[in-house]
Amino acid sequence: MSSTRPWRPLLSLVCAALLAACSHAPLPWQLNDVGGHLPDLQFDLTSDAGKPATAADFRSKYVLLYFGYTHCPDVCPLTLVHLHLVMQKLGADADKTRILFVSVDPARDTPAVLHQYVTAFDPHVTGLTGTPAQIAAMAKRYRVAFNAGQRQADGGYEVSHSSGIYIFDRDGRARLIGTSADSADAIAHDLKLLMEQEE
Amino acid sequence: MKRYTRQALLMLLMCVLATTPALALKVLPPPAHVSVQHGWIRWLPAGLPAAGYATIRNDGDTPVTLDGADSPDYGMAMLHRSVHKDGSDSMEMVETIPVPAHASVQLAPGGYHLMLTAPKHPIQPGDNVHVRLHFSNGTTLDAAWTVRPANAL
Repeated sequence: MSSTRPWRPLLSLVCAALLAACSHAPLPWQLNDVGGHLPDLQFDLTSDAGKPATAADFRSKYVLLYFGYTHCPDVCPLTLVHLHLVMQKLGADADKTRILFVSVDPARDTPAVLHQYVTAFDPHVTGLTGTPAQIAAMAKRYRVAFNAGQRQADGGYEVSHSSGIYIFDRDGRARLIGTSADSADAIAHDLKLLMEQEE
Repeated sequence: MKRYTRQALLMLLMCVLATTPALALKVLPPPAHVSVQHGWIRWLPAGLPAAGYATIRNDGDTPVTLDGADSPDYGMAMLHRSVHKDGSDSMEMVETIPVPAHASVQLAPGGYHLMLTAPKHPIQPGDNVHVRLHFSNGTTLDAAWTVRPANAL
């Protein structure tokens, strides 16, 4: 009997595989799922406290990484306000996360200026700066483009920069990417989902 | 002779005194039917450049064009626009912002805004600063704008 239907065991295997696939339906992320497509969190920079900082200092935290600069009065504050709202929406879970604001304008962004800037938005933000080479290495790692524009008459200049918000899990793995245009609700939703999935 | 010279000098001085303040204090008329509402500045520390936002409302039958701004509280005020393109954010200067007839234009986070640099005195959240908008028809609109904290919505 069994010899007449040799495909039977194969069929049950296929069914089992299909069931397994169903139970792992894609999670309803609102941001882009980049799991496995971007390198783990790694850097060698200086914190806004003026101390060396590496990714190891933020292991065990969910990290939101954003590139900006302090002479940015509109979009960088708007993004930091969104992230501040995200922290409010997370409530007690906000303490499991850390926002890293990496300066792409290290020539002007000393740790002291950066400290005043980031703490004006939310207590969960750490500002990071470094040498131009350190910043360039970090930007290259996450394929972030930035460039300082032409100097103006008063010596000032504008910097265009990536609008990406990179989200890492507690093991420093890149999981999601949003932008400055995403709402605080969308970012908070995905962070909660990430936390539920891991805990 | 000497007395006439002195009188002439005195008259000249009076003329200068009479006309100078008039020139310095010459107030351009506000544009008819145009108003500025909810003007506010996002405060940033360390005297960093700050952005100014407002709604400019034109209730008139003719369009007007915003073509600049100044403030007694800042060294410079410029019209700017943030541009979100190809995954990158940047700011660009704009020469003019049109305000059509019977319409409003928003200077709002992530779009058109004033960039205010070089504060002339320490400015704190809760302060009011003066901003004067310039229009291409030679009119100006002076208003007090509220300074709000960095993380204001």
